[in-house]
Amino acid sequence: MKRFSLRSVVLSLTVLCLSACGCARGADGPKDSTAQENDALVVLNYGKYLDETVIQMFEEETGIDVKLEEYESPEEMYTKFKAGSIAYDVVCTSEYMVERLISEGEANEIDFSRFTYYKNLDPEIIEATKTFDPETKYALPYFYGTLGILYDTTIVSPEEVTTWNILWDETYQDSIIMQNSVRDTFVPALRLSGSDINTENPDELSAAADLLIRQKPIVYAYYVDETADEMAAGNAAMALVYSGEAAYAKELNEDLAYSVPEEGSNLWIDSWFIPKSCKNQENAEKFLDFLCREDTAMLNFEYVWYGTPNLRVKEALDEETLMDATIFPTPEILANCEVFRQFGQDTTALYSYLWKKLKSE
Amino acid sequence: MRRLMRQLLAGPYIVWIIGFILLPVAVILYYAFTSDTDSFTLKNIAAIADPVHVKSIVLSLKLGFSCTLVCLLLAYPLAMILSSFKFRHQSFVVFLFILPMWMNFMLRILSWRLLLSNNGLINTFLEWTGIGRVKMLNTPASVVFGMVYDFLPFMILPIYNSMTRIKDDIIEAAKDLGANRLTILIKIIVPLTLSGIISGVIMVFVPALTSFVISDLLGGGKVLLIGNVIEQEFMQGTNWNLGSGLSVVLMIFVIASMALMNIFDKDGGAAVW
Repeated sequence: MKRFSLRSVVLSLTVLCLSACGCARGADGPKDSTAQENDALVVLNYGKYLDETVIQMFEEETGIDVKLEEYESPEEMYTKFKAGSIAYDVVCTSEYMVERLISEGEANEIDFSRFTYYKNLDPEIIEATKTFDPETKYALPYFYGTLGILYDTTIVSPEEVTTWNILWDETYQDSIIMQNSVRDTFVPALRLSGSDINTENPDELSAAADLLIRQKPIVYAYYVDETADEMAAGNAAMALVYSGEAAYAKELNEDLAYSVPEEGSNLWIDSWFIPKSCKNQENAEKFLDFLCREDTAMLNFEYVWYGTPNLRVKEALDEETLMDATIFPTPEILANCEVFRQFGQDTTALYSYLWKKLKSE
Repeated sequence: MRRLMRQLLAGPYIVWIIGFILLPVAVILYYAFTSDTDSFTLKNIAAIADPVHVKSIVLSLKLGFSCTLVCLLLAYPLAMILSSFKFRHQSFVVFLFILPMWMNFMLRILSWRLLLSNNGLINTFLEWTGIGRVKMLNTPASVVFGMVYDFLPFMILPIYNSMTRIKDDIIEAAKDLGANRLTILIKIIVPLTLSGIISGVIMVFVPALTSFVISDLLGGGKVLLIGNVIEQEFMQGTNWNLGSGLSVVLMIFVIASMALMNIFDKDGGAAVW
């Protein structure tokens, strides 16, 4: 118990600092965050992942105040959430983190039968959420996409990027950007050696790490947030990125294109769940239902430009947007993609070790 | 009564020192010597012997030494020149060297990333002159460069300060006694500025050894210093015990290097201790 209390003290301190940023952000929001603290619905989401107008509309229509808190990475969200100093009502995060929190008993069941607009969602995407939420009773899919290669069409031809092997091609010395996050960077190596991206077999993981160590001399850098900007600036020929980032980079530089190699990749589904700390389950469900409505889902789609599971929104889109495989992966691509699963502790530790080994080479 | 009032003035600092120095160190020590099941263990400390960690600490020491050496070689002659200026605006010139510190250091490092990148200003210029592009960014050398750029003022200032304290009379006396310039430098100036050099070395070497931001930004995630390993253990691997264990080892390295410098500093003038 002692350890728990010590850790929570440290976590609270961390959150104190983190929430200082959060408050600063909230301050320029539409609502005074201190007003009616008890009734306000506290929403925890990625930064810039929800149109402010949607929140205003929700507040006007239901009279429920919304307090939006933002974070950068799922790991940061986990730290914030676990500290427990703020009782969140609804949380949006990556599917593997949702799975982790479900397994830790942190999620409340959601009664989707009470939803008016749940039927707007694509049954196929709901089916895909079963990998991390087998009975589809905890998670509501929000946006989805793939992991692939963003490439500069003036240097690399589209035929070349149909395979992950291109990332090992020495002609692109110092022109390849990989992800500075362990699971994503392992995907190409695992797929090339024919392993499942969720494998927990130490030999397969070591083999993939060896492949990545061989690749390191030709890698320009391991970046996360910088990737899109570096690609737009023409500093590299290819980058391993999420489709959402690819869409953003393509807006900055029209020479860029995105491809998901044939060996298969990762399908990510950012989802909402209602945590145990929720004070008003009904309001939280109302909010989630509201997000599924055509008009609000459209506003959010136009704000974020990621693949939306909302069929009504897709019906309203023009052909060009729908055919854009960066936003909406084709069925062939999806058939080859898998969702990340949360690992046991041993595999997490092994991943962390192999990652250090790769970085120290 | 008056004395009590005066002691109360130290109150805020005592709160500070307990809350932000002693308590965190205690927490780090607690984590370092316990396992995730809360039992006592030395394995987090022993983990430094792991080849991956050895590699990163050796690299940290190597880059730290190079950075300190380059800073010293740049700063010493500069401080000499600055202190020999006998004109009114001497302090203004010193001020110019500190001026960059007014800007956030992250911003300055980020701008170096733009300058050094494959398509950056410097490479564009090199291509135009016909030399051709050089890969500069994301190498250990670019990390050392960033560290030197950031920490140079910390080397210049203490050396410059100790340099200005040397009275002209002493130099003149040496000249009268027939010492040549080299003898003056080795026998008089260097010994008299030793405390400044040592302060400078500590103030550059310690942050260079523990840095992880510069290696992240200018190393492109390819240069793994011990600071990066610790950061990863806390932020990604969520193994706080291992991260704390490695931090304790790093603290030992820092204290050892400061103690080592203190041996050289016979008059105990190093301001840092």
